[in-house]
Order: sequence, then C-alpha cells, then structure tokens
Amino acid sequence: MAAPLLSAIGGLPADAPERVVEAADVHKSFGPLEVLKGVSLTVRRGEVVVVVGASGSGKTTLIRCLNHLEKIDKGRILVNGHLIGYRERAGRLIEDRERNIARQRQEIGMVFQRFNLFPHLTAIGNIIEAPIHVRGQPRAEAVATARALLARIGLSEKENAYPAQLSGGQQQRVAIARALAMRPALMLFDEPTSALDPEMIGEVLEVMKELAREGMTMVIVSHEMGFAREVADRMVMMHDGRIIEEAPPAQFFSAPSHERTRAFLARIISHAPAG
Amino acid sequence: MAFDWGFFWHYLLEPSSVYLHGLWLTLSLSVISQSLGTLIGLFAALGKLSRFRILQLVINFYVWVMRGTPLLVQIVFIYTGLAAGNIFRFEDIDIGFVVIPGNIQAAIVALSLNEGAYMSEIIRAGIASVDIGQTEAAKSLGMTYWKLMRRIVLPQAARVILPPLGNDFNGMLKNTTLVSVIGVPELLLATEMITSATFRVFELYLVVALYYLTLTTLWGIVQRWIERRFGEPGQTKPTGNGVVAGAFSWLRTGRLAGGR
Repeated sequence: MAAPLLSAIGGLPADAPERVVEAADVHKSFGPLEVLKGVSLTVRRGEVVVVVGASGSGKTTLIRCLNHLEKIDKGRILVNGHLIGYRERAGRLIEDRERNIARQRQEIGMVFQRFNLFPHLTAIGNIIEAPIHVRGQPRAEAVATARALLARIGLSEKENAYPAQLSGGQQQRVAIARALAMRPALMLFDEPTSALDPEMIGEVLEVMKELAREGMTMVIVSHEMGFAREVADRMVMMHDGRIIEEAPPAQFFSAPSHERTRAFLARIISHAPAG
Repeated sequence: MAFDWGFFWHYLLEPSSVYLHGLWLTLSLSVISQSLGTLIGLFAALGKLSRFRILQLVINFYVWVMRGTPLLVQIVFIYTGLAAGNIFRFEDIDIGFVVIPGNIQAAIVALSLNEGAYMSEIIRAGIASVDIGQTEAAKSLGMTYWKLMRRIVLPQAARVILPPLGNDFNGMLKNTTLVSVIGVPELLLATEMITSATFRVFELYLVVALYYLTLTTLWGIVQRWIERRFGEPGQTKPTGNGVVAGAFSWLRTGRLAGGR
C-alpha cells in the first residue's frame, strides 16, 4: 500500500462517538423463522469486530440490521449515537422517515458479498456518484478524492473501466473505495471475499487490513480465519440467532470456551485453504 | 377504373398540404402520446411496485380496463361518450400561438392512457430485472427512493424497457389512424378526404400504406441504433455528442455527455 488509505478522504471522521455501534436485544424474524433471537453487540471506535458462524446463524442479517437494510422486530440499535431506522415516540419505536434513514446511512459504509457496483457507471463514476448526488460535493472535489482512492488501491489505470471489465477482486476494491468516499464512521463488510476466486481474495483482504491498521471501525462477516486472527480486535461467534461467544482472537482461536465454537473452528479450519 | 400511375406518383411524391398536415399530426400525436404514455406507465409501474395496497388495486383496475377494451371504443368514449353524458367536454384550447382542438386533446388523452397501461407492464418488468443488490448498494450510500430510482435503477432498466417501448411506438404510429373517427385530420383522415373528392381509393390507400411503411421502417432503423447504444456497458462506450445522443446518454447515466 503506497500511502495511507484514509488520507485520501482526509482521515477518519473526527466526530464519531466512543461507542459506534450499540445493539441491544435485537430480534428479527422472516415470517415464522426467527433469525435473530436477542442479539446485543457493542463496537467501540476504531475497533475491528469479525463475526463468524455457520450459514443460517444470523450473522449476515445482523450486519444488515446495522444500516437498516433489514427492519428489526424488537430491541434497539444505535449507530453513531443515534437510533438507526427508528425513532422513539412515547417509549415505542416507530420506523423513521426515509430521509432520516438515508442521512444516517451516509455515515455507514457497506461492502457486499457480490460487490453490487453500478454496472452503468465506470469505476470512478461509481466512486463519485454518492459524494456528488447524495452529499452534494462539487464534482472536481469528488473526482480528486476518487482518484486518490483509486491510486491507494492500485487501480488508477482502471478509472474509466466499467465493472464488467474488471476482475472480481478489482470490483470489490472499487466497492470499498466507493463506500470510503462517503467518509463513513463505520464500515460493514458482508462476506466480502466469499464470491471471489481464491487468487483474488488476498488483494481485497490487503485493503481491509490497511483500513484496520489506520483505525477504521469495522464489522466484518467473514470466513477468512487467518485474516480474522490478524486484524480482529474481537471475534464474535453466532449460532442459531444468538451470540454465543465473544473474545479477542488469541483466546478465541486457541481456547474457545464454547463447545460449538470449537466444533465450528475445527470444521472451518480443516476445510478452508490457508486464509 | 384502371390504376392511374400518374395520380399515384403525384400523390406519393408531391403530397398536398392537407396530406402533409396529416403526416405532421400523425407524427406529433404519436410522439406526444408515446411520451405521455411512458410517463403514465412509469408512475403506474412505481405505484404497482409500492407497498400501498389501494394504489395497487387502482392501477390494476386501470390496466385491466385499458388492455381489455378496444382502443377505438376508448377514443370514442372519451371524446364523444363523455360529452354526450354531460360528464366532460373537450373544448378548444388557445395556448397563445396555436389553438389545440378538443378532438386532438381527446385523441392524446385516449392514446396516452391506453399506452400507459401497456408501458406500465413493460416498465415494471424492466425495474424488476435490475438486481436487488443495486437498490441495496444505493441505499447503503444514503440515497433516497427517488434518487436511487432515477440514478441507479431506471438507467439500468432502460436496457430492458427500450426494445418493447420501440415496438409500442411502432404500434402507436399505426394506432393513430383510429383517431380519424373523432375527426382528427391525421394521415388516414386526410387520405379519406382526398378520396371523397377524387374517388381514387386504390391509388390513395396504396400511397398512405407506403407512407406508414416508410415511417415504421425509419423508426425501425432508429430503434436498432438506440438499442445498440444501450447495449452492455463496457462493450459499447457512450461517445455521443449532439442533442439526441446527449439525451440518450442522460437517460442512461443520468448525466449529460461530456460533463465529466
């Protein structure tokens, strides 16, 4: 990495509170299926939290609730000190106005498993889209920021390439830059390398490691255990809609306290190639 | 009566002013009604994709009626029927430099409403063809519904919407003949007027058929050009200049060409 990534966007937002995420007793059902059964999670400023668990354990749903891509049925989630998706009236939570939800999402970057780049826009078009049309940044400023970000992720020469002309790894790096261009206080990663060919996983993880080193607050759903061990401040194990274990990676990987964590780790480490 | 070649060539190549006026009316009615119909279809499609049950029912009813009854019946009903029932009468409107006759207004209303029903289905399918991940990505960047529709979803849906829209416009060019029954002097009524004076039905209907064939053929060329431009991004790059290309580029990217 040539220069610090976050210097491209003028460093971390200064006004992030000490507790960036505070989720308490979150419940969520899809029809009769209860996916989250009372999840509480706190993420401090600068902390990197990696959420793991078998598929169907609720980890992706949890991360999607953090920017209100999913509604919740019970509990409350504060992001950057404010309720996300809801406002309180007479002790009850009602869904917030779209405009308010959209404003809060500007402070929360999200990276998706399937990249979700806008295929009708070039790489730089993807990155400047929201800064210009959501934040109202002057075009020249947005373009300068986008170029700086592209340079930091090593894709300067792909500025005018459309997503279809980029490899999966390149697309995901552009997607990270797109989220960063909004200067978020929190970055959410939903299995960011699961859709990638093995030889491209490294380049995406490199960018994420750099972000972690520079102090970005991150919540990451991932199966990359080697990466998690390296960057995580805290590991979170989910099973059947609940968090069953939270621990620093050293303890989590060497001496997990929960039987299911041990079984999960044994399974995933014996199956996965060196991550 | 033998086929009069001289008469045929004369009316084909040197059309009278009545005929040219008819051609102008056919074209403007088609373009205006297709545009309004597309707009109606857009809002109907968005309404149908919304969460509002009552709105959905209203739109379903509208589409059901418009697609289930003949356009000719709709035209006569809207112009003559509503007036006869003392419900609504289309009066001539003076917009300063030109007077728009009531029957032309009724023609535009009928053609647009009818087209809107078909376009709503086309646009709904186009929007549905855009991956839900696009909406989620746009939301996660802080876009509101209208912004993400206009900037992200509709430009991508356009690729799916344009071919059937082009086919509908081809149909629209020909469906305008139906408004001749309420006295709009478009190409067909102009032909009938000349026929009643000359009794040259064979020649004149061959001429008018060739005019429509020319219009639809020219449109076919334009349509293919548009569809090529809206191909997969990355395979064809937007390089257009000029008003038309700029407009399509705007449709596609939400930004005027050369603005970068």
